Amino acid sequence: MNGSFDVLIVGVGGQGTILASNVLGEACLIENKPVRAAETHGMAQRGGSVESHVRVGCEFGPLISPGTADLILAFDMLEALRASHFLKEGGLIIASLQLIVPVSVYMKKLDPPTIQSIRNALMGKDAIFIDAEECAVRAGSPLTTNMVIIGAASPLIPLSLSSLKKAVAKRVPAKTLEINDRAFEIGREEYLKAKS
Amino acid sequence: MGRKYLLGNEAIAHGCLSAGVSFVCGYPGTPSSEVIDFLRSREERDYYLEWSINEKVALENAIGASWSGLRSFCTMKHVGLNVASDPFMTLAYTGVKAGLVIMSADDPFAHSSQNEQDSRNYAKFAKVPCFDPANIQESHDMIPVAFSLSEEFELPVLFRPTTRVCHSKGDVEIGKNVSGPKKGHFERDVPRYVVVPVNTRELHKKLNHKQSSLKKRIIELGLNTSEVRGDTAVISSGVSAEYVREVLHDSVSFAKIGAYPIDEDWLRSFVEKHKRVVVIEELDHVIESRVREVACNVIINGKMDGKVPYEGEFAPNIVSSILQSCNIKVRCSYPARTPVQGLPPRPAILCAGCAHRATFYSIKRVYSNAVYPSDIGCYTLGLQLDAVDTTVCMGASITIGTGISHSTEDQNVICTIGDSTFLHSGLTGLLNAVYNDSDITVVILDNRTTAMTGHQPNPMSGCDACGQPKETISLDALSRSCGVKFVETIDPYDLMATREVLEKAKKERGVRVIIAKASCVISRRRSGGKSSRYTVDIDRCNGCGSCIRFGCPALFWIDDQAHIDNTCTGCTVCEQICPQGAIRKEAIR
Ligand code: SF4
Ligand code: SF4
Repeated sequence: MNGSFDVLIVGVGGQGTILASNVLGEACLIENKPVRAAETHGMAQRGGSVESHVRVGCEFGPLISPGTADLILAFDMLEALRASHFLKEGGLIIASLQLIVPVSVYMKKLDPPTIQSIRNALMGKDAIFIDAEECAVRAGSPLTTNMVIIGAASPLIPLSLSSLKKAVAKRVPAKTLEINDRAFEIGREEYLKAKS
Repeated sequence: MGRKYLLGNEAIAHGCLSAGVSFVCGYPGTPSSEVIDFLRSREERDYYLEWSINEKVALENAIGASWSGLRSFCTMKHVGLNVASDPFMTLAYTGVKAGLVIMSADDPFAHSSQNEQDSRNYAKFAKVPCFDPANIQESHDMIPVAFSLSEEFELPVLFRPTTRVCHSKGDVEIGKNVSGPKKGHFERDVPRYVVVPVNTRELHKKLNHKQSSLKKRIIELGLNTSEVRGDTAVISSGVSAEYVREVLHDSVSFAKIGAYPIDEDWLRSFVEKHKRVVVIEELDHVIESRVREVACNVIINGKMDGKVPYEGEFAPNIVSSILQSCNIKVRCSYPARTPVQGLPPRPAILCAGCAHRATFYSIKRVYSNAVYPSDIGCYTLGLQLDAVDTTVCMGASITIGTGISHSTEDQNVICTIGDSTFLHSGLTGLLNAVYNDSDITVVILDNRTTAMTGHQPNPMSGCDACGQPKETISLDALSRSCGVKFVETIDPYDLMATREVLEKAKKERGVRVIIAKASCVISRRRSGGKSSRYTVDIDRCNGCGSCIRFGCPALFWIDDQAHIDNTCTGCTVCEQICPQGAIRKEAIR
């Protein structure tokens, strides 16, 4: 609402959403852009729904309001749906085709959601689905799923490719840089493929 | 020192470094823990640092340091200040020597807390200054100011960030590190440090006397600011002030409160220039009551007339709609959006292979239909396993359990409490339970760390806050020395043996202590512990569902059969549960 580019990153605690948000923050720093972010810490990180708000170019508070996110990056399909009301008119969801069924479904005997049922529910929103885990495995490690997603988002975020890559180099352990870079590239290609 | 992308709590830690802090202590609690976590993990430390046993202990240590001439910083979450409130209230009387800043992090919306109390009330109660940062840069910059104000008025300063400051991130300009003195000197000052009645009456007068100059000084320091732009105004503080700045129209006046107590003359002169003033603050009406006291012939909107909620946290859209409902001009209004309804919830859960789950499973089997008082920690999540009946505050499992056992006849009481919580404030309750003939079983969930807040070491961990090796204390000996006769240690992953001990305990009377000892799976993984994975033999699984009901998140269900994903930590419990023998160790990968 104030000219910032607002990215909401959602997933399940332990999936590496914080690293993804750190890369965006670090890239802002490289470009001398103000940035505000908010994260889930503490108890919810134990396998619960987590969200990181990242506001590129923002000088106000860190929270994104419903209906105003420019981009939603989802590490899990169910979390994509849960956060979908944050998307603004004309915004885009990039979601990984992965679904961790919450234990509550088994414990409370609820109807388990499926990838297809969620895709149907997201109909009407602008969304791109990529198999980020498969891409990450191709890059060399399933632990790089977050870089695949950041790579896929990179053409949309108002930060240059070189700043984003420098930020990745700054935030991942040096010995994993090569596969993280590869994962980023694969993600970027996936987005461009899906767009064309 | 340049610009960095930092977590709020890291920025606060940098603020301490630029203030030349010499003594740091606290007890972990979300959202405050990362300040000390950052300071303790630095390679070179020219300050003393400890994780204390609880907040009262921490604050008293900090008082000693301040009286010895060292700048001291003491951290806790808001409910920790309840524990430290005893020294806190009287510290205002005695005052400090070197600067003493107490950080009490509030948690609007109770993201990770048992209540939504507002620490600013404590500052008012104790008559000490309180700083209320709105963003990360402020939280960094305020720390050195807080220390000098503390020294100038010889008062402790309460520093009160909220979750959206502590756990937000942003670009911050950080200051130069300054080294404080390593050692000081304690000088006797009996009339000040010994609060016998004759002294305390004088000290109380002095404290009251400081108030008016303190208020003026806060204005001089520019901590509270205002700008008149029209005939309506908004007053705000903390992160809410950021939301207000984002949505407020340029034609509306704005005042921002960064510190308390608020000078009434300053406040009155701002309020009087307007026809309507709206006060936007999270949690209690601390600013609003002041505004209502000074205002005449001005319409005031806030919590007290129902315009602003007392509960939860705000966001730009919430603030925008409140302002619109008060006829205040905003720059942007937000679309009404509601979350998709009916989705399966995904609350936090105990990790795959967590020993607490195994312990709860055994407790429920042996002590079925008992009362299950529990406590504060990861294991509060035992709620999802129907094994938690009460949680109030640190240490309250044993004491509430004691009360229940004295007040009921045919109900078994079995309390669960973590190691860190037990040492924090469970021990006194245990002593009391023995002394007063309570009839309870206490299971100490000893995972050798303070897991929920981020694995801070405690006396069970074998090292101190800075990683120096330390001998672990014996919970067995500790319990026995309180007079407990029945003390047993179990391996919770061994279901059979655990069951036997629980059954034995159930037959006894009096206070029984069972120590369920197993390291937290996360610490085990971090220290490089290898484990084998388990798998389901689909030919044997008959879909009985016994394993899935155990609730391990590594287990999932497809086509009426159980499966195990790669988050399995090999705890063996589901293997022991499966009546078909369908679960076994995976062949070497
Ligand atoms: S062995 Fe079974 S219960 Fe233990 S972590 Fe693996 S799947 Fe979960
Ligand atoms: S307990 Fe054994 S038989 Fe029952 S569902 Fe689980 S794996 Fe299958």
